[in-house]
Formats: sequence, C-alpha cells, structure tokens
Amino acid sequence: MPFLLKGVVVTIELTVMAAILAFIMAFIAGFARLSKFAIVRGITQIYVEIFRGTSLLVQLFWVYFVLPFFGIELSAMMTGVLVLGLNYGAYASEVIRSSILAIPKGQTEAGIALNMSPSLIMKRIILPQAMLIMLPPLGNYLIELIKSTALVSLITLHDLMFCGTMINNVTMRTIEVYSLVLIIYFLLAYPLTLAIRRLEKRLSAGRL
Amino acid sequence: MWDWEFTISILPLLLEGLKITLIATFLAFGFAVVVGLLLAIASRSSVKILSLPVKAFIEFVRSTPLLAQLFFIFYVFPKFGLVLTPLVAGVLGLGLHYSTYLSEVYRSGIDSIPRGQWEAAKALNFSKARTWISIIIPQAVPPIIPVMGNYLIGMFKDTPLLSAITLVEVLQTAKIIGAQSFRYLEPITMVGVIFLILSYVSSLGVRWLELRLNQR
Repeated sequence: MPFLLKGVVVTIELTVMAAILAFIMAFIAGFARLSKFAIVRGITQIYVEIFRGTSLLVQLFWVYFVLPFFGIELSAMMTGVLVLGLNYGAYASEVIRSSILAIPKGQTEAGIALNMSPSLIMKRIILPQAMLIMLPPLGNYLIELIKSTALVSLITLHDLMFCGTMINNVTMRTIEVYSLVLIIYFLLAYPLTLAIRRLEKRLSAGRL
Repeated sequence: MWDWEFTISILPLLLEGLKITLIATFLAFGFAVVVGLLLAIASRSSVKILSLPVKAFIEFVRSTPLLAQLFFIFYVFPKFGLVLTPLVAGVLGLGLHYSTYLSEVYRSGIDSIPRGQWEAAKALNFSKARTWISIIIPQAVPPIIPVMGNYLIGMFKDTPLLSAITLVEVLQTAKIIGAQSFRYLEPITMVGVIFLILSYVSSLGVRWLELRLNQR
C-alpha cells in the first residue's frame, strides 16, 4: 500500500507537469493556427496532425527508444511529461482555436470602433469570453490526461500502474492489487469529472 | 543514419503486425457498437435496479485508464477460472472501454428524437421492443455515425496498448525487431508513419461522411 501511494505521487506529479506543458502548447498552437502568416499556420497544422494522427504509445516509444539514437537521452519522467504535454497540447489547441472563433465578429469590431489595439481586444474582450467556452472541454482533456499517464508505466516510469504490476509480481495477489489500482485511478479522476459537470452547469446558467 | 534497405526488409513483418492491429480494432469496434447500444438502452430503463448499476458501471469504466482495465481482464479473470488469449482479452477490454463512450453517443442520438415519436409509437400500440427497433434506433443512429467514426479512429490509435498484455500487434512487432537488431529508429518511426497515414485518411473519410449527412 505505501508503495502504491508512492506511485500515486508520481502519477499526480506527471499529470500536473504534463498538464502545464499541454496548456502552454495548446495556447501557442491555438493562436498560431489563427495567425496571419501561412507558414506559421502550416507548421502548427503539421504539429497538430502528427500528434493527433499517431498513437500516444507510439510517440512515447519513439521518444524513449529512438531519440537516444540521435544522442538525446531523456529520463522516463521527462519523456512522459514531454510526450503527454505535446500530445494533449495538440488536442487542446483545437479547443482554444474553436472557442476563439466562436466569439462573434461584432465583438472584435466593437473593440476596433473603441480604438483598442489588437492585443488589447484579445486580452480584454475575446479571451474572457472564450475562456468560458473552453473550460469544460479542457477539463475533459485533463481527465483523459490522468488516464493516459498509465501508459508511461510501459516506458518503465514508476507510476501507479507500474507499482501495481511490480507488487503483483512479488506478492502474486493479482485480484487485490489490480482492483486497488482501478479504484485509485477512479478516485483520482471521478471528483474531477463531477467538478467539471458542476462547472458546466454553472457556466451555462443565464448564458447562451 | 536512416537505412532504407533495412526499412524495406522489415516492412512485411510490420504489415503482418498491422493485420493483427486492424483485426483487433474492428472486432473491438463491433463489440463496442453492440454493447454501447445495450448500455444506452439499459441506462434509460425505468427499472432502477437495471439502470443504476449500468450507470455506475459506465461512470467507473470511463474514469479509469484502459491500460489498468486490460491488466485487470488479462491477469485477474484467470483467477476466477476464465483464461483469455491476449487477442480476446484485448478485444474485450478495448470494446468494453469504448462501449461506455459510445453509449453516451447513442444517448445523445436518442435524446434528440422528439417526444412525439415515442407518443406516436404508444398511440399505435407498439411494444417497447418494436418502438426501439423500428422507430427510435433507425432515426437515432444515422446522425451519430460520424461521431462513431471518430471513435473508431480513436480505438485504432489505442490498440498499441494491447502490446502490454503480450499481443503481438504492430508496435510490439516493431519493438521485437528493435530488440533483435538494436535499431529502433526505423521500426518505430515506420509504425508512427503507418498510424499517421491510416488515421489521417480515415479522418478525411469521416469528414466526407459528415458533409454527406449534412446535405440530406
């Protein structure tokens, strides 16, 4: 049990760090997809398509096994954070992009009429409204991210899943160990699910 | 650095693995389509003893990682005397996981059917089963087909997880090649390229399907 809890700590650490990276990547890529310059849009589109089109596990293996070939050796933790962050960043960038596009054009025009600079329009008018739209789907991706961290056990990071397998190998108490692992993951993810549902209800109340 | 001859020499092996991947994907999808519909119907049932456990089951499966579920099916079920081959366990795990997602998709399709349709069926004295089969399902399913297509692509991208329960699919094949030849670069990159091509092409297919359905 204490050993499993150590795994839980690693899982949470990984989730938080990957989520931060994913959030940053999502914002950069989401804005870049809306850029005036075709090159910026093109490069971002390639990034998004590559990470969405190939399997997460394949990406993890690629970074963990192939990059050392080029002399770049990353620890399992680094690999996990990097790949999960980039992968979910690619998915979430679509959310950012679509919620910015969902703000009516009249809002931007009103900002221009008030002689605001484009960055000020973005900061004061577009983003506060887009934030409300993007929060629930981003929350859902966070839950997906927690579940996906289990994959890093396959590149030998000692997270909850990996610790479960190790304990199972030593004690052979398969039923208890794997049931417990499932329950712990559930306890990690479910409160978030409930929180997001409440958030969604509160945000949609009195709007739309 | 990149060895084309080596790449071509391992391609047949990888395609062999890809075959297993595709078989697992489609079997699991078929399973999820059927079970998802059953879950969706059961969770709408007015019989609380049926609908509550089904709802709880859906929530639980959706909130836990697929990998943990696969391990559970593959390593815990044998303790109860149910020994499964990796392929069967993988199809079962993947199918069950996605059936809970698909049940939500079905639910949205069913919810969008106007009340009047239910009432009309009742007025015509249709039995419950007949209402579902000849009125609700034929109207609820076509609009959600593109969404289901997206889940099919998602399942395809999740099949590499089955390598963790010793199924030799395309990624596992690549890993074995890598371990034998000490060259991970080509096999794993090729797997990535294969996934990219297949899922990109099928996502274009889904978009086309969506356009066609919108036209109607």
